[in-house]
Parts: sequence; C-alpha cells; structure tokens
Amino acid sequence: MCLGVPGQVVAIDDAKTARGVVDVGGVRRVANLACVLEGDDPQALVGAWVLIHVGFAMSRIDAEEAARTLDLIKQLGELDDAP
Amino acid sequence: MTAPARPVLAEHNAAQVALARIEAKRHKKRRVQDDVVQAAHGGGGRAMRDLIEDLILPAFDHAVAEDDQARFALSDMAALGGQLAFTTDTYVVTPLTFPGGDIGSMAVHGTINDLAVGGAKPLYLSCGLILEEGLPIDLLRTILTSMGRAAREAGVRIVTGDTKVVARGKADKLFINTAGVGVIPTGLHMSARSLEPGDVLLTNGTLGDHGAAILIARGELELASPVMSDSAPLHELVQALVQAVPVRAMRDLTRGGLAATVNEWAHSANLGLCIDEPSVPVRSEVQGVCELLGLDPLHLANEGKLLAAVPKAHAQAALHAMRRHPLGENAAVVGEVTSAHPGVVTIQTGFGTDRVLDMLVGEPLPRIC
Amino acid sequence: MKYVSEFRDPPAARRLVATIESLMSRRPKTLQGAPLKIMEVCGGHTHAIFKFGLETLLPETIELVHGPGCPVCVLPVGRVDDAISIATSEGVIFCTYGDALRVPGSRTSLAGAKAEGADVRTVYSPTDALALARANPSRRVVFFGLGFETTAPSTALTLLQAEREGVSNFFVFSNHVTIIPALRALLDAEDLQVDGFIGPGHVSMVIGVEPYHFIAEHYRRPFVVSGFEPLDVLQSIAMVVAQHVEGRAVVENQYSRLVSTQGNSAAQTAIHEVFKPRAHFEWRGLGSIAESGLELQPRFARFDAEQAFRVPALSVADPKACQCGEVLKGQLRPYECKVFGTACTPETPIGSCMVSSEGACAAYYSYGRLTSLRRASGLKVHP
Repeated sequence: MCLGVPGQVVAIDDAKTARGVVDVGGVRRVANLACVLEGDDPQALVGAWVLIHVGFAMSRIDAEEAARTLDLIKQLGELDDAP
Repeated sequence: MTAPARPVLAEHNAAQVALARIEAKRHKKRRVQDDVVQAAHGGGGRAMRDLIEDLILPAFDHAVAEDDQARFALSDMAALGGQLAFTTDTYVVTPLTFPGGDIGSMAVHGTINDLAVGGAKPLYLSCGLILEEGLPIDLLRTILTSMGRAAREAGVRIVTGDTKVVARGKADKLFINTAGVGVIPTGLHMSARSLEPGDVLLTNGTLGDHGAAILIARGELELASPVMSDSAPLHELVQALVQAVPVRAMRDLTRGGLAATVNEWAHSANLGLCIDEPSVPVRSEVQGVCELLGLDPLHLANEGKLLAAVPKAHAQAALHAMRRHPLGENAAVVGEVTSAHPGVVTIQTGFGTDRVLDMLVGEPLPRIC
Repeated sequence: MKYVSEFRDPPAARRLVATIESLMSRRPKTLQGAPLKIMEVCGGHTHAIFKFGLETLLPETIELVHGPGCPVCVLPVGRVDDAISIATSEGVIFCTYGDALRVPGSRTSLAGAKAEGADVRTVYSPTDALALARANPSRRVVFFGLGFETTAPSTALTLLQAEREGVSNFFVFSNHVTIIPALRALLDAEDLQVDGFIGPGHVSMVIGVEPYHFIAEHYRRPFVVSGFEPLDVLQSIAMVVAQHVEGRAVVENQYSRLVSTQGNSAAQTAIHEVFKPRAHFEWRGLGSIAESGLELQPRFARFDAEQAFRVPALSVADPKACQCGEVLKGQLRPYECKVFGTACTPETPIGSCMVSSEGACAAYYSYGRLTSLRRASGLKVHP
C-alpha cells in the first residue's frame, strides 16, 4: 500500500498553494508540499528531501536518521562478524 | 480553302489553347489548401489526388507503385538470399509525436526491426494510412516527411500505400500500417526453438526508454524528464552481429518489454530463462519514472532494442560486435538459458535470491500501492 | 537514487540475514523448529518481499504472513459495483488510480465499463482529477478516493482546494479506510496466527507511532514500523525476532528517517477537517469492521459522490470458493487455497488477495511460485 518515493524539492511553483517541483531520479513533477511546510515560507523547502505519494509530499526525510539506520545495520553486522 | 476557314481555324485554335490550359491545370500538382483533413481527402477524387501528390509522394521520394502494385524483379531479390521475409505491423500511439520520434518514424523502424530480427535485409515497405477527419495537414506533412526520412536513412523504400479517411471520432487522429519485405541470406535461421541450455542472452542497450518517454509525453501524469524514445532501425546492428557470431534466436523488445519476449521464448523452447537483474541496463530517469509510478522497466516497451541468444562460447564476441555499432554501445549480457524450470523465467536479484518474472497481465498503469 | 540505493545494498542485507539467523538460534529449545509467524500489514511490504525475494533469504522457520494492507485488495464487490454505476452515469468523467481499474465487481470491472463506453481515466494524483474538473466544466468529474491514512490527506487537501476555488463539478467517491480498526479486528480474531508485526511505514508517516501501542500492551505482540527497501524490511524482521527472543513486546520504529512519534499533524488535520469515520465499512475477505472507513463531513456534502449519484449501495458477498480470510490471518499459505492458480489467477481474480500485485496471492502467483514449489517438494528454498 502507499507507494512512496524519495524526491528532492527543486523549485516552488506557487507559494500560495504550496505547489513545488520535485525531482525523482531526474524526473520532475509538480507536487503539493502543504503537509511538509515548516513556517510560512515554502521557499525554505528548496533542496529538502521529501517522500512523494500520489503527488503530495507526505514527510521530510531526516538525513541524520537515515545515516543512523545505516550505521546500525553496519554495527549489527560487525558484531556478528566478530565471533 | 476559302476565306471563312480562317475564323473557324482561329476559333479552333482558341478552343485548343483553352483545352490545353484546362488539362494543364487539371494535371498540375496542387498544394493541399485545407488546414485539416476532410472526408474528401479519402474520397478517391481530386482532393485525394492532391493529398497524395502534395504530401505523400514527395515525402516518400515518389513511390514506384505502377497501377495498383509495386513490381520487383525476383532475380534481384534472389541474389540477396534464399528466403523472402514478409511482415506487417500497425502503429497506434498517443501522442503522435514524442521526444525521440513520431508515429511515422516508429512505423518505419518497427517494421524494419520485425524483418531485421529474422536476419533479413529490409528492402521495401508499404504505408497504409487511416486519417481521422480534422487531423491538421501540417502535422500529417511533418509525420510523412519524418517517415520518408526514416526510410531513406535506413536504406529501404516505401513503394506502395493506401489512404483512408474516417469520420471524426471513428479513429484517433492517425493510424499507420506498414508491411515490409526483405530477404534472409541463405543458411541463416534463427528461432526460439533453437535455444539450448547454456545459451547467453544479450540486449543492445537500456530498456524501457520508449515506454517511459511515451508515458511522460502523454502529459496526463504531468511528469517532465529528458528521457527519449529509443526508436531506431536495428538491421545494420543485426547484420554486424550475425556476421560475427552464430545467433540462435533474436527478437525486438516492443510492447510488453523484455518480460514478454523471454516468457514467449521460455514457452516455445520449453526451457527456463534466467535474467540477471543487476546487469539489465536501465537509465536512471527511466528508473525514476518506474519508482514513481510503480512500474517495472522490464515491462516497458522499446522501439530500438533487441534480445539475442548466442552459444555461451560466443558471448564476448557477440558483445563486442554489438558495442562497435552506435546502437549497441550499451549492450550487455542480461541472462542465460537453463534446463531448470522449463517454461518459466526467473530473475536473479542482487541479493542472490530469485523470483519469477512474468508477463504483465494488462498494460503498464501507474499504481499507488 | 538517493535514499533508495543505499537501502538496497546486498552485502548489508547478508549481514542482516546473518543477524536474524543468530537471533533465531537463541530461541528457547522448546521453540526451535516451530514457525515464527510475522505479518507484514502493508501490501507495499508484500510487494518488496517478493520483488527482492527476501523471504527466501530468511531461516525457514520464519514465515511471513501477508496482511490486509492493500486498499485495492480489500475493496468489496459492492463498492466496485457502486463505482461502476457512477462511472456509467450521464456526463461523468470517472478518475481512478491504475490499481483499481481491474478489480472485479459482480458483473464487470472499471476497465470493462471503460471498454463499454464509460469515460474512465487513470490519474496519478487527486489534483489531476481536480484539474480535469476545471478543464471540463460541463462534465461531472468523480475521483475514486482509495487508500489508508497515507492517501487520505491528499484527497482531503484536494477537496479543500476545490472548496476554496468553488469548483462545482468535482466529486469524491470515498473508500478511504483506516488501519487501526483493521488491525484491532485482526487481533481480535481468535484464529489469528501471528507472533509479531512489521508495521506500515507510510501510513505511520501520517499517524505516527503512538496509535500502535495497544498492540504491544494489550495483545503482547512485537510491532516494528518499517520502511520499504530490502534493508528496511530485513532490519525490521531482525527487530521483531530480537523482541521475540528476549520475550519483549514493544512498538519500535525502524523507519525513523520518515516516521516521527507523533506523525504529520498537517496531514492529520486535513483528514479530520474533511472526513469522519463511517459506522461500518465492509472489507473484502474480512467482513464488516466498525469505524474502519472514512466518509465526507457534512460540510463537504456537495462534493460527496454518494449523495450526488444514486448508487446501488448493495452489500455483495465475497465469492464462496475464496479463502482470502484464512490467508490474511496466516492460517493458509496462498497456494494452499482451493482455487489458487486454477479458478483464481491474476487474469481472472476471485478473491481480494489475487486482485492487485500487492495482494499475497497475486505476489505468490507472479513472483513466488518457484518458492512454493521448492517448499512443497521439500527442496532447499535458498537458491
């Protein structure tokens, strides 16, 4: 359920309706950013990574958390490799 | 011999001149004046002749049809090989023009490729047009010109054709049928039934470009991407390949993509086919479209890609032969034939797991889940 | 692709599999050899598991049960019939996600209705349907609202926009459903055979992690909210197994790069502004579940397709032969169903699990049939 794909906000199309352009692997599409606004200025979202579902950004991707998850997997493996 | 003869003669001459003027006018090529295709352009009358003479013949370098058919000397063809190859395909695409091509060039490339993957040298094409009333004449001219150019560049001739006009709403702007004739060199026989376990599967480049380009060009999904259709004639690439190595089977990967062809092969050879997922070349933009819409590049259509099966010992030579040709620079070994799981295609993932690769049930549709 | 390829790294996957194996070896002696059943609630996980062949990497004692989290699969026959009835009404443009086109109603599907002349369009986003309404003022444009809490906010925000713009020819046929009542109904089923859960990552972006606590507290099952890439799924399985081995049952969040404890408040607000729970909603394969569906608030009555169109609104029983309920509860493997692969195939689906590529049976049929063959014949599943 709920196919979602990471994309990067590359432009704001219409600040009033929180419409922006998102790039997914070199493909661009207009997306509604209303659910990921922080503060009043959508322009602040340019450069942010978000998860796109049916043309709506549903959450911002937390780069630190992503790195932490990957680190954890790495550590799990190392612990296991040890013995 | 008497005096009154002179005015009669003058009158006669004047009539002659007028007749000549009318005939000259009648036979003069006229530009089509209308902006859009109308019923009259298919009515068999003057308007239709104008359409043929103004749009079709110049685009196709004045086709050679005599009376109702094109005629060829059998001896010329026999010099090229022992088997005649004959194929037909009908082209229906929305939109009519898209990045990397249009319905016209696609109708030429597609039929050339159908001949080429049998090993044939493509020679002649026919062109059947079904026009919907209201199709802009300029667009038709552009498409026919592109069609003629595609044929010229590929060294084939469009030699006969037919035009019909249907009422508005009875067709989608323009359908094109092209049939093609070619000659297969003596001794060359490729067929999925010749596949043997251990054979290696190769493709000449990135998969899914055409399907992705069309999905984007339709505009309904409001996607923008630099991805272009791969529409191209493959006969020269095929010739280079079959001259370099023995090829067991070959197919162009159109609708249904790679998945459709490998499943057909597995079925008709009653052998298993195994695709190595990480080695399948896919452009990042095509991957992006697929991730976004929940599609698989192996199910998307191509118009300039083929799958070839060669004995394992010839795999590297086959790869080199393809990579030397501009249409094969991204060629890759993508799988192999196996005696395990006859009739079933599996795909080996990067995780060392395998799963079944099936044909798509319907058409590739964007999904949300 | 960033945030995709890093989570598809095969060496890391091997390390996770080794971790899972070593965790499984730490189970109490009495449990060694007994299956550990883990349900992935979400169809997206089912799809990823089969697409990447993850099940075959796991110890054979771990059995994945494919849950009811595919909104297309659980759409009942009666609602499909209603959709077709709306789509075939005079002057209607009916907009649907591609997933729903082939779902069978009692006589035909939306794809069938389209072939018979209905104007059915596939859209990627509800905003595309609203754009069609603006472009075709003389037509009535109906959007087929489908999906869990991930998708409901987009329908809600589109309706709010339609309201602001005063678009009068746009309607929504809401079939949105909510995950918590469905999970509760599953857990209350006496015959549920599931030891732990992989939770739906994208639903959780919206609702957060809090709403799942009753599962750990009341039903004592481990619950790990998970992402959808192979490493996400494997790590989540490892986390469930770790809880199981240690005798814990808590809610954990593997998908922390996208899911926060509280979820997305803007999305939640949009849902509550536009929707309210229905008293009951019918699920294919599971029957009627209280407060599990969403309908439009009275303020949006003029956009409600169920009020603007006369729909049959009949409850149509699931086909008798179908054993989807047992499959969804982990009692039967898909290929153990009586009609699997014979009367029921992706071309002619009978039950909910065969309908969408995310359904457990469709996934088995399309991707996993070799696995089931190897399992059934006692062969090693690992290639």
